[in-house]
Amino acid sequence: MAIVERIRPSERSRSWRERLGDAIRQHEGLRALLLAGPGGLWLLLFFLLPTAIVFAYSFARRGPYGTVSWAFTLENYVRFFDWLYIRVFLVSVWLALLTTVICLLIGYPFAFVIARSPRRWRNALLVLVLIPFWTNFLVRTYAIMLLLRSDGLINNALQWLGLIDRPLTMLFTPFAVVLGLVYGYLPFMILPIYASIEKFDFTLVEAAQDLGADTWQVFWRVLLPLTLPGVLAGSILVFIPSVGAFVTPDLLGGGKVVMIANLINQQFLTVRHWPFGSAVSFVLMAIVLAATMLYFRIGETRRI
Amino acid sequence: MGGFAPLDRPIDVELIDVTKVFDSGVVAVDRVTLQIQQGEFFSLLGPSGCGKTTTLRMIAGFEHPTAGEVRIEGRPMGHTPPFRRNVNTVFQNYALFPHMTVFENVAFGLRMKRVPRDEISRRVREALQLVRLSGFEERYPRQLSGGQQQRVALARALVNRPRVLLLDEPLGALDLKLRKEMQLELKHLQMTVGITFIYVTHDQEEALTMSDRIAVMNAGRVLQVGTPIEIYERPTSRFVADFIGETNFLSGRVDDVERDTATVLVAGNRPVRVRIDEPLSVGSEVTVAVRPEKVQIVPLEAPGADGLLRGRVEEVIYIGTDTFYVVRIDETTTVRVRSQNDRNRLDGGQLLPIGTAVALSWAPDAARVLLD
Repeated sequence: MAIVERIRPSERSRSWRERLGDAIRQHEGLRALLLAGPGGLWLLLFFLLPTAIVFAYSFARRGPYGTVSWAFTLENYVRFFDWLYIRVFLVSVWLALLTTVICLLIGYPFAFVIARSPRRWRNALLVLVLIPFWTNFLVRTYAIMLLLRSDGLINNALQWLGLIDRPLTMLFTPFAVVLGLVYGYLPFMILPIYASIEKFDFTLVEAAQDLGADTWQVFWRVLLPLTLPGVLAGSILVFIPSVGAFVTPDLLGGGKVVMIANLINQQFLTVRHWPFGSAVSFVLMAIVLAATMLYFRIGETRRI
Repeated sequence: MGGFAPLDRPIDVELIDVTKVFDSGVVAVDRVTLQIQQGEFFSLLGPSGCGKTTTLRMIAGFEHPTAGEVRIEGRPMGHTPPFRRNVNTVFQNYALFPHMTVFENVAFGLRMKRVPRDEISRRVREALQLVRLSGFEERYPRQLSGGQQQRVALARALVNRPRVLLLDEPLGALDLKLRKEMQLELKHLQMTVGITFIYVTHDQEEALTMSDRIAVMNAGRVLQVGTPIEIYERPTSRFVADFIGETNFLSGRVDDVERDTATVLVAGNRPVRVRIDEPLSVGSEVTVAVRPEKVQIVPLEAPGADGLLRGRVEEVIYIGTDTFYVVRIDETTTVRVRSQNDRNRLDGGQLLPIGTAVALSWAPDAARVLLD
């Protein structure tokens, strides 16, 4: 009996830690709970709960002095269909789409060059893409303002060269907003496209050429379809933050270019109409959700 | 150089003094001159890095010669891009388009040439039938086995009816059994379609099995061009003799030349008679090359035993059909002998035990004199 006890000491003196360990090993549900728990709790507290509050607000009424008075009404959503707000919605989607397309047109060749450059250069080039992130986005946006101002660097240079008589109005235009968005989100386009081009097997290009495809046909029929996952991921990563952009249209649009996020900001902080602000927030969320679902839908049909 | 094959067929591909130097300064291909005839199964054989793939890529148009000229059907190719050459390539890893079905893969070349739709579907079906893949049209490459993917790659190239088909180690990724099957299938296919095949391989057995002629390459140079029999039986260099099959090399000195037969002293002044093609001067240092299976091995105690060399059996390796003997002649020389086992006895005949004193001999025709 003594011998048995000696070779199985665990039976006798199992600590709570050992018992917990065994429980975790034996119960898959418990294991999942422990692994996903902290993250889940975080999301619950700081995402789901606030979202639920905003959702509830979106059906409430504005009380006196900007308070929220509880009542179930759809009037906030109905109100959104005023042309004034629809316009904001259309401008936002349009500018975000424009930003996405420009990022794609600039980012794809850029990513291609990086992915095809000698291996020892690639990381250095990728670091160059990421360097802007080292400086605060707000600071960089102010820097763009300095460039675009009527007496900014660009206007001064053009006037000095004698190309223009009067300064061009660039700041506080949709052009400035798109410029700022493209500048801010280009890396999010470049990186996923780079990743998919880097994985791409370039003997397929030779195979296509061998079968009679010229450069354009190689691009359209082989390279682009096979790097589409990167293009889609990049597009979604640029479109979503662009459509909900706040700082860029606020600073570079100067109140003249109003996007959805500016409208939300205005409703919450200036007008103090929280229920309507909440409703607009949910409209924005619907747009983002629609874009994401479109992304997954295309991704499914073109499974590579 | 040259072969038994008479030069009555037109030349499909001609390389004239082609040299390729890469940007890194590596000389991949060094003054290669080749003539490949129409309908020929021509192999470029050599170890990895010998320049065979670069040579193929220059014919395909993926690389351009630093010096010299590639001609296809008599026309200098210069910098003609791949899509304007009447050749198609089967790539080593097949390079099938993963986002296209088998049908779309095979149809790709015809679509690029804007062949009418109904002709495309007819020709694709024919090509798939040729490689025995009918019914696989709607599959994607990832749903196929390695051998099937290989066949799709073949069909995709052949459907274009190229003048020349270039194959870059197309069987390299297949397992041994499948590779053997595909070797014969490829050879039959080539005879059926009658297209010139230029086949790159490092596998000497594969080259011998399939080729009409073989060019053996090493370090960017073509060492010998000939039929499989010529390459195997009459290698002109030590490299070729060593790379293709197995060879015993005995270095020695020419003692006497009498018309087409030379007497060479090898392994401690033992005279060996060898047939020669070219005149040799007495006293020159040469290598005598003899294949293990050409050497006859007899125990010394056997009645009438006589031989060119004498030695002792050091190792006996039984491999089923044959037995290998390693025979030590002197301190520095061993000779490998491959002896077919007695076909009339179940136990393969009596093997010679280790330590047996033996006499080795071979016919004067069976050995070669190599100058390098």
